Amino acid sequence: MRQIYLDNAATTPLLPEVRDEVIRSLTEDFGNPSSLHRLGLQSERRIKESRNSIAQLMNVPADSVIFTSGGTEANNLAILGTTRARKRYGNHCITTQIEHSSVLNTFAYLESEGWDVSYLPVDNQGLLDLKDLEKAIRKDTVLVSIGHVNSEIGSVQPISRIGQFLKANYPDIIFHSDAVQSFGKIRLRPVDWGIDLLSASGHKVHAPKGIGILYIKKGTPLTTLQWGGGQEMGIRSGTENLTGIVGFGKAAQLIYEFMDREDDTIRKMKMTLAKGISEAVPEAVINGPRPDEGAPHILNISIPGIRGETLLHVLESHGVYVSTGSACSSRRTKISHVLEAIGAPIQIAEGAIRLSLSYMSDPEELLLVPDILRKSVDQVKRFTRR
Amino acid sequence: MEKLILVRYGEIYLKGQNRPFFERTLVDNIKKVLGNYDNPKVFRSQGRIYIEEIPVERAVLDALSKVFGIIGINPAWKTEKDLDSIRTMLKVIVEDALGKTSGENPTFKVESRRADKTFPMGSMDLNREMGAFILQNFPKLKVDVHNPDIRINLEIREHAYAYHENIPGAGGMPVGTNGKTALLLSGGIDSPVAGWMIAKRGVRLTAVHYHSFPYTSDKAKEKVIDLCRLLTYYCGPIRLHVVPFTEIQQELYEKCPDGLLTVLMRRFMMRIAEIIAKEDGAQALVTGESIGQVASQTLEALASTDDAVSLPVFRPLIGMDKKEIVEIAEKINTYETSILPYEDCCTVFVPRHPVTKPKLDKVRQAETLVDGEALIERALEGVEIHDL
Repeated sequence: MRQIYLDNAATTPLLPEVRDEVIRSLTEDFGNPSSLHRLGLQSERRIKESRNSIAQLMNVPADSVIFTSGGTEANNLAILGTTRARKRYGNHCITTQIEHSSVLNTFAYLESEGWDVSYLPVDNQGLLDLKDLEKAIRKDTVLVSIGHVNSEIGSVQPISRIGQFLKANYPDIIFHSDAVQSFGKIRLRPVDWGIDLLSASGHKVHAPKGIGILYIKKGTPLTTLQWGGGQEMGIRSGTENLTGIVGFGKAAQLIYEFMDREDDTIRKMKMTLAKGISEAVPEAVINGPRPDEGAPHILNISIPGIRGETLLHVLESHGVYVSTGSACSSRRTKISHVLEAIGAPIQIAEGAIRLSLSYMSDPEELLLVPDILRKSVDQVKRFTRR
Repeated sequence: MEKLILVRYGEIYLKGQNRPFFERTLVDNIKKVLGNYDNPKVFRSQGRIYIEEIPVERAVLDALSKVFGIIGINPAWKTEKDLDSIRTMLKVIVEDALGKTSGENPTFKVESRRADKTFPMGSMDLNREMGAFILQNFPKLKVDVHNPDIRINLEIREHAYAYHENIPGAGGMPVGTNGKTALLLSGGIDSPVAGWMIAKRGVRLTAVHYHSFPYTSDKAKEKVIDLCRLLTYYCGPIRLHVVPFTEIQQELYEKCPDGLLTVLMRRFMMRIAEIIAKEDGAQALVTGESIGQVASQTLEALASTDDAVSLPVFRPLIGMDKKEIVEIAEKINTYETSILPYEDCCTVFVPRHPVTKPKLDKVRQAETLVDGEALIERALEGVEIHDL
């Protein structure tokens, strides 16, 4: 059976060139980058190259990129590191209701320590209103953290406008953006956009798992959370994950070429997919932004009256891999906090599935998806609750 | 002088003629749980099991504390049967005991047993002699013969043995001494506990799980495999049969009255389990039901599930409250796995208004609406086996 992987917002397969580079590096680059001999130097050089490739993708100075173990650590470091450093200047942070759990749970922890956190609402497209942000800002606000692309519904926040607005009016407030879902898909320009901190993750862009970055604008106050040998400019001690770094660097290089060549490959596939689905399964509802708006790679749909998880497993039995927004159990269905925030009715939220694409998606294969979805929906509908 | 483990066993003393069989089984079971270690010597002698040539460490003691049939485990020392060697050994033991005892002035007592009557000194004399020796060497210790903090047991057998720690065993009887049963394992909290309770009586388990893909995910199946593995630490090797159940549910759903779905489903589960049980040499079925817990566990519903099979059905949790069941699940470490949220994702096949007092004739009649034999045959063809 043909396997069609449509869960690229969860993770992506390695690009073959990345895999080759990782394997090469695993065997050859075993020196500790901190060692003074030739082997150490060689490893250090690999890190430098990767840092450059990743920095180039965002047009930022290479020394403003530090490697972490992934998006979660980058978000933790950004939020905890700045609030620790700014403790004396205030006690308030602003974020949104639809952030990733690594942001929301870190803020929940700060609340338990006595911080005030405002969680901004979003509209039914998952979009933030700048006026709400303006209203939420207080004298003691030290950090604003707003994710760029939402991982479940693909809404894209206007972070360049937010950053520019903050820099013009509140230059002391630190602005962090979780760009895990947009990095490599949307052109990021943190310097021009007034972003101080930006998180990204390797495995969402065809690099291995366990590697991420935090972009830190020079001069941003940030306390380290991890002490040791002073690697990564003293911010993130610990012997570097060299294979991860090398893989991420290689992926960044390749993506730079992809993005340079044609910006819209993924979106075109998504538009075709959405159109195919609306014809084959007219009862499908799109959650969040319209396919031509939103992120290029995320499509969230619901079939009213069908549980997302059941549909997921039926699709799986036909070789198509997707995600759901909610984990269901017989007792209680846990609705995704994102779908709740955009006001999706419970039957819609329970039925949500997410299809997500990448540079490795095959446009030919995608043409098969609408019919498979039709077949799967019919299969589930035969046995829906009377 | 060397370290070893003494194992005491209880109820199997009672078993007269069968005693050697029970003891052999227990020794085998102990060898099995110590399979990770390089050839420990496990043997029995004079109502004890000795485990030698093994590191006396936490992991070993924990593994032993899960073996049914054991009532107590003593990390011990052994040495030659002469007074000087015994003194040297007791010094080591008291030091070990003091390291594990809090308080300013701990009390102690020596309890000797002379199984080897050729040893020149009687147990009373030994107690006195060794007590005095300890007092001399550890001035901060005091004697308390009634309620000592440290109780030093000294046994004179083929060698001199001594220990001060007693770790309670799991009790029960050695698994494999009382036949085999088939456990219907759902992945919830109750059924692993039911299996554990039956195994405690020396019964081997074979397990049957019903999988309703795509209505339940493969993660639910993985969870049941994990639960089975947790049970093997107590119950020995388990063969898990994963039975595809979706088609049966769909047929019942389309052709039979809604309110009877659960009872009908249970009957099919019991029938399939009975066939698997017989094939696998099991003599009874075990379920985790307790009276009144859910609609399918009323007396009427239980009777109509029993009606589907001829093997005896054991329900060790029948009179227990949820809280009591949870306590055992926590004790045997299955609780955390059981509450993972993968089970029966889909409520499609749960009737909105289940009949709580199903009439047997109505149930039997409803069943004729589907081709039961063919359904069961197909389900059995799709069985997936995991040996854990």
